[in-house]
Amino acid sequence: MKSFKKLGFSFAALGLLALASPLLSSTAIAQTDEEKGLEIATEWDKRDHGFGDSQATMQMVLVNRHGEESKREMRQKVLEVPGLDIGDKSLTIFDKPRDVKGTAFLSFAKILDPDDQWLYLPALKRVKRISSKNKSGPFVGSEFAFEDLSANELKKYTYKYLRDEKCGDLECFVVEQYPTYENSGYTKTIVWYDKDEYRQQKTEFYDRKKTLLKTLVYSDFKQYLGKHWRAHKMDMENHQTGKKTHLVFTEFEFQTGLKDGDFNKNSLKRAR
Amino acid sequence: MSKLINSLTLGFAKGVVKWRWLVLLFSVVAVLALASGGRFLAFTSDYRVFFGEDNPQLQAYDGLQDIYTKTDNVLLVIKPNEGTVFTNKWLQVIQQVTEDSWQVPYSIRVDSLSNFQHTIAEEDDLIVADLVEEAGGLTNAQLKEIEAVAQREPVLARRLISEDSKTTGINITLQLPEDDQIALTEAVEYAEGMAASIEKQYPELEVAVTGRAPLSNSFPRASQKDMGSLIPIMFGIIVLALVGFLRSISGTIVTLMVIILSVMSAMGFAGHTGVKLTPPSAMAPIIILTIAIADCVHILITMLHEMRMGRTKHEAIVESLRVNTQPVLLTSFTTVIGFLSLNFSDSPPFGDLGNIAAAGVVAAWVLSMTFLPAVAAIIPFRVKEVKDDASGFMSKFAEFVLVHRTKLLVGMTAVVVIMIAQIPRIELDDRFVEYFDHSIPFRVDSDFARENLTGIYDLEFSVGAVDSGGISDPEYLAKLEEFTLWLRDQPGVVHVNVFTDVMKRLNKSMHGDDESYYKVPEGRELAAQYLLLYEMSLPYGLDLNSQINVDKSATRVSVTLDNVSSENIRSLAVKGSEWLKLNAPEYMYADGSGASVMFAHIADRNIKSMLIGTALAFVLISISMVVALGSLRIGLISLIPNMLPAAMAFGLWGVFVGQVGLAVSVIAATSLGLIVDASVHFLSKYVRARRERGESPEDAVRYSFKTVGMALWVTTAVLMMGFGVLFFSSFSLNADMGLLTAITIAIALAVDFLLLPPLLLLLGGKKPMTNAVPQAAD
Repeated sequence: MKSFKKLGFSFAALGLLALASPLLSSTAIAQTDEEKGLEIATEWDKRDHGFGDSQATMQMVLVNRHGEESKREMRQKVLEVPGLDIGDKSLTIFDKPRDVKGTAFLSFAKILDPDDQWLYLPALKRVKRISSKNKSGPFVGSEFAFEDLSANELKKYTYKYLRDEKCGDLECFVVEQYPTYENSGYTKTIVWYDKDEYRQQKTEFYDRKKTLLKTLVYSDFKQYLGKHWRAHKMDMENHQTGKKTHLVFTEFEFQTGLKDGDFNKNSLKRAR
Repeated sequence: MSKLINSLTLGFAKGVVKWRWLVLLFSVVAVLALASGGRFLAFTSDYRVFFGEDNPQLQAYDGLQDIYTKTDNVLLVIKPNEGTVFTNKWLQVIQQVTEDSWQVPYSIRVDSLSNFQHTIAEEDDLIVADLVEEAGGLTNAQLKEIEAVAQREPVLARRLISEDSKTTGINITLQLPEDDQIALTEAVEYAEGMAASIEKQYPELEVAVTGRAPLSNSFPRASQKDMGSLIPIMFGIIVLALVGFLRSISGTIVTLMVIILSVMSAMGFAGHTGVKLTPPSAMAPIIILTIAIADCVHILITMLHEMRMGRTKHEAIVESLRVNTQPVLLTSFTTVIGFLSLNFSDSPPFGDLGNIAAAGVVAAWVLSMTFLPAVAAIIPFRVKEVKDDASGFMSKFAEFVLVHRTKLLVGMTAVVVIMIAQIPRIELDDRFVEYFDHSIPFRVDSDFARENLTGIYDLEFSVGAVDSGGISDPEYLAKLEEFTLWLRDQPGVVHVNVFTDVMKRLNKSMHGDDESYYKVPEGRELAAQYLLLYEMSLPYGLDLNSQINVDKSATRVSVTLDNVSSENIRSLAVKGSEWLKLNAPEYMYADGSGASVMFAHIADRNIKSMLIGTALAFVLISISMVVALGSLRIGLISLIPNMLPAAMAFGLWGVFVGQVGLAVSVIAATSLGLIVDASVHFLSKYVRARRERGESPEDAVRYSFKTVGMALWVTTAVLMMGFGVLFFSSFSLNADMGLLTAITIAIALAVDFLLLPPLLLLLGGKKPMTNAVPQAAD
């Protein structure tokens, strides 16, 4: 490691920095924890570039303190929007409970501004635009906030590397992340990225008084298109209220040919 | 038999004097070992401790809290000296305090005027935002509009904003770890610190701190305050009484040592057995101090008397133990039974009080049999000549009673009947805010909140729907709306928080803020989709999970009540569930529950449970009286002075006070064990005079008055003072219990002196009593 660092310095001294791969140069040069955190997250973000679009079915099981359960089912379509300063587009169609079947939710994720959001209500046969700064409320009454589920964007957080740690059978980087969005429900999250594939394995959410609020554990990873990893199971536990939500994804499909035109107000009404 | 007991006692007494150093050492070591349990003692702060685990109201409320979010709360009440809160300055402060409130430890939610999620419609846009944003820059028109919205909004009006707009509340919901005193104190003190710093920064604001968490936190505060103030007063009274009565410094010192060691033993016992201190059980030391004195006084009086008669100190000690062992045992035994019967109480703190006090009484008995004579044998005693004019007075008193026996019998009977007839005047009331007097900040702040903003007492219904998601059903919503209207119409109801208000507001907003749509939506799907939409737009913490269950098959109706009696709370809970049974489909049936409902039932439940306990104690004590006195007839007569005083005290209370809470349920049992002592002493002298001296009933009564009359005056005075001290407790349960017990003890003496002798003359038999049954009491 030491010799590696020296090597890096000598490269720099020779003005050959540009030649080195970004990854090599940033590990090689003495680096702050902030830089290392950003570097890990950048790698995580980069590895998911180019998925194009995806579709999946989601089943949500809400469990209260008492152990009583309630189920929700929905489908989610995501369209990748290239560029660091703008988020992906997503369309969520609700199938269960019966009363909300056909309700569709369209969201254009933003980084520092409130998302653009529309909801189609079949009972009213109208599309309503929701104007709200809030992304942190419970999604359909679950322990997930919409901000936990919406597309992962690098610039949603600033980063600070904390330590290396074992996570299950894997080795992980542990990174502290601070939301850049003013109205986030969190003061920070701590994310465990495995070193093999830079997948998020676990996230801890800290509330406004900086105490642990929730833990999200990702599992059942599968790889698509030989590149993109997706967790098929996400278990969220609220430590303060004792409530839990289990989220299971099935029927993941990638590059299904979704276009921009499938993500607008008119397409909302057609969404089934 | 009696000879055997006599010689055993004598042997024991001589042994104690002979091995005095060993006895001293051993008793002190034993007390210290027991007292070591004191390190486990802790105050508990959950108001739930007043309810047994199987209390149905507690179970109902816990059940309800499990379905939604189990919560405690802190309510900050803010009022400017002048004007309304709808000014730029005050709204800015409210915004800031709302923000800061999220920092209260264990807070999970903050509701205020400023962060209320206001929905507005603009064409097909639904705008969801804080009601107050950037308060500093609001125009007058905007301020007016905000005020209008707040006053129109049922969620806010009379809950977080007063009708006159002059007072506002910030409600902080806490999720506290269960029965964690440190966490609770941390949260409450943080909130109090916030209130103090707001008042400091803005002297023209008044800030009060109330809610369920400050209530819980006030229990240990009241206990600590009482222990700090009442115990020193108690010691002062004891020292004065002892010096006055014993006229012996050594006697006073040794008595103080015994009562302190007794309290240490009892509290150590409490620690070892894992008892958590509550305001009632924290009163145990004072009660033990009071009772422990009696044992010592009896033994020392005899000892000093014997010394004045010319015996040596050691001889006097042996003689004192010989004559006092059995009466002291008997009176301790009856007192222990009385206290142990408190275990029948449905409210665990009283059971704890009973057990600690019983342990203290046992410790006092053991110590006055061992430690007391041992120390007395060691330290020097100076005996002064005292003029004894007491027996002269008592002799005159005896003549008075004998002369007027018929008048007394009739008069006292009339008094008894009249007093007992007043019992129905007693009104049971347990308003938990009023458990605390005005020296406890919680009481002052809660009164402030009630006078300026909203009620303190609550009543909750979990109203079920027909199926999963059924809360969106129009029939359900319509019925719920009807129920709400009915509730809002009931006297004492200040506010009703109900899900239909959210639905009505959404329906209006979804129809371009058209007022005519301010009603529950007409279709089930429509309502469900509104709800989905709304839930998507809420910020962290302000979700509906505290109001809707996870399956969306039930909602919570929270009623806030004014300062109404617990009788009214109970009847509203009953009327509410009857209304649902009468008017709503079966799946909507719900019983009212909540902390106030729990307290509203507590006195009733305790009286019922204590009836058995008291009856059992009474039977046991009466049996021991019969055995000790060796006469069934006299034993039966003793029932009258033992039974009547508590009933008469209740009657007196009914006339002069009227209102009483939980405390009333335990008075009969605790006072029984104490008042019986006086009748034991009086009757045993009477029996001895009849039996051993062959005296006539009249002479026997004279003998009783002469020998124990003065001692009974004094012990009654000490007990009255001891329990009277409790009257100054900041916790009304203790104050009521102390005062009622003191009254009962005073009445008991009056009955023993004025009614018992005429009764004995009437019913006590004329034939000389000659049977040689062992005489247990002296």
